[in-house]
Amino acid sequence: MPNDTQWQLDLRPANIEDGLDIILGGRWCIDASLPSPCVVLDALDDHIHSLRFDAAGLSDWDSGLLTFLGGVLKACAQRNITADTSGLPSGAQRLLAMAMAIPEQKVAGRDKGRRDMFSLVGAATLEFFRDGPQMLRFLGEITQSLLRLLAGRARFRARDLWLEIEEVGPRALPIVSVISFLVGLILAYLGADQLRLVGAQVFIADLVSIGMVREVGALMTGIIIAGRTGAAFAAQLGTMQVNEEMDAYKTLGIPPVDFLVLPRMLALMLMVPLLTLYAGFIGILAGLVVSVTIFNIGAFEYYTETLRALEFKHFLVGLSKGTVYGAMIAFAGCLRGMQCGRSAEAVGRAATSAVVTAILLITIAASIMTIVYYQLGI
Amino acid sequence: MLETTPPIPHIEVRDLSIGYGDFVVQRDLNFVVNQGDIFVIMGGNGCGKTTLMRALVGLQRPLQGSVLYSGEDFWGASEEDRQRLKQRLGVLFQSGALWSSLTLADNVALPIAEYTDLPQARIDEIVAFKLALVGLAGFEDFYPSELSGGMKKRASLARAMALDPDILVIDEPSSGLDPLTAKRLDELIVELRDSLGTTIVVVTHELASILSIGNNSVYLDAETHTMIPTGNPQDALNSGHPKVRHFLKRGAA
Repeated sequence: MPNDTQWQLDLRPANIEDGLDIILGGRWCIDASLPSPCVVLDALDDHIHSLRFDAAGLSDWDSGLLTFLGGVLKACAQRNITADTSGLPSGAQRLLAMAMAIPEQKVAGRDKGRRDMFSLVGAATLEFFRDGPQMLRFLGEITQSLLRLLAGRARFRARDLWLEIEEVGPRALPIVSVISFLVGLILAYLGADQLRLVGAQVFIADLVSIGMVREVGALMTGIIIAGRTGAAFAAQLGTMQVNEEMDAYKTLGIPPVDFLVLPRMLALMLMVPLLTLYAGFIGILAGLVVSVTIFNIGAFEYYTETLRALEFKHFLVGLSKGTVYGAMIAFAGCLRGMQCGRSAEAVGRAATSAVVTAILLITIAASIMTIVYYQLGI
Repeated sequence: MLETTPPIPHIEVRDLSIGYGDFVVQRDLNFVVNQGDIFVIMGGNGCGKTTLMRALVGLQRPLQGSVLYSGEDFWGASEEDRQRLKQRLGVLFQSGALWSSLTLADNVALPIAEYTDLPQARIDEIVAFKLALVGLAGFEDFYPSELSGGMKKRASLARAMALDPDILVIDEPSSGLDPLTAKRLDELIVELRDSLGTTIVVVTHELASILSIGNNSVYLDAETHTMIPTGNPQDALNSGHPKVRHFLKRGAA
């Protein structure tokens, strides 16, 4: 006979009528490329009504054998073929009996069917429209909470506010510095290239300073803080949701919005405008460095041109945008955190969604504010 | 013990149905928890124990029916009244649910600071006492993540007891605890009932707890989606409904 390390399968007509003997030999393990149950099923034509297994030649077996036999037995049950498993190793018999004991269950509400494009698009659309009212509801809760704060009845710990301020503000300085410097540098190059055509390179200072202070400083800070802090808020609140910490607040009658959302909201509304101001300053500095070293503009000339270009209203615009972006980031982060489901995966989704929502809201707010300020002539 | 006085109904559940949207988890729940009872809500996994507990403590509105605390309708009450009733409830969640960003002392102190005007020094004293009561004296400045599972459970018990509630609702007290730690927690619960007269509702499937601490109980059946009143679990063990006996004897009998 052949060696023990190879599986063998032999199908023979049985000595009884309508029967088929399945003779298994050698090593039936998962790491050997085992045959599919179809090999047997193809041999089952209409006149076969009983199967018998003979495993006397089997040297070694594991789940590989069981999955093969499971497939054969399942097909037999469907086709009303009796299968005699008494020739199998007793361990295999018991495991097969266990696996077949409880038939596959149809669990209510679990649709495993393939979902076509239309149902996916439909589900996504419904989800989108469900999100709107939820956002409004959360906005309402925050507004109520802010009103309670103004009335002196909102409750959160001052320490939490300071901790958030530290986390959001000073700790974000390095990344804000790097990004603002590079964006200032890009703006300076961009301006230099265009302004050279009309020989007015000194106006780089105007472009960089007004651009950074009014628009880009706030936008870049907003995007950095959305990724850095918005995601963190969603993850923190989401984890609290998973740990039932939110429920613990609710059962004690402490509104989580007062206690958790309010300090985060206030911290961002205070710190993002300050970071915006700082980003503007760093951007102007980058413009200065580029102008002096690359485009041969005098440092003093750049300085006076910047002072001449910058007006108070530009600062106001930048600060107001920073405040609004800060509120948007806190809103998106806390909303997604509070909506979070009860699993690790849900926390990840909440963090991702917080960043996406925050950036979307920031961009929308930026467009609206730019248009309004233009119309107002600010 | 309190058996000498006539029982005073403390919590009444009437025709309660709980579930999610169209999906009814349990229906027609009717039971009364008396003052000073340790009332066990038992049942297998997925029978709706936790959903019922969330309806009792105000986290999830029931589909139908009412919950009465000392005769006062909980879900029919206004938001403020419900808030007032909630303050008389202490809840111990399955995972402990300690606030992870606060120290143990702050966890226990927060509810006290919220609902009383006590000076900080007085609050600190109460916190130290509550933590000592659950055997955690000296752990005031620890964060929940620095504690073992059993310590977390005990700390949450201290927090749930912070406002001296009339009713303590406990979800799976012994989940994730070794048998000895679980037994000590059970003893602590009985001790609290005996000394403070607190009414205690325990939601659990842990046989050892059910049999050792409960003096009244209901069984939530996952198949029929309703309850079977079971009385004292010790009696139910021998003379109860066959399904309940089956459950209490781990499938034997």
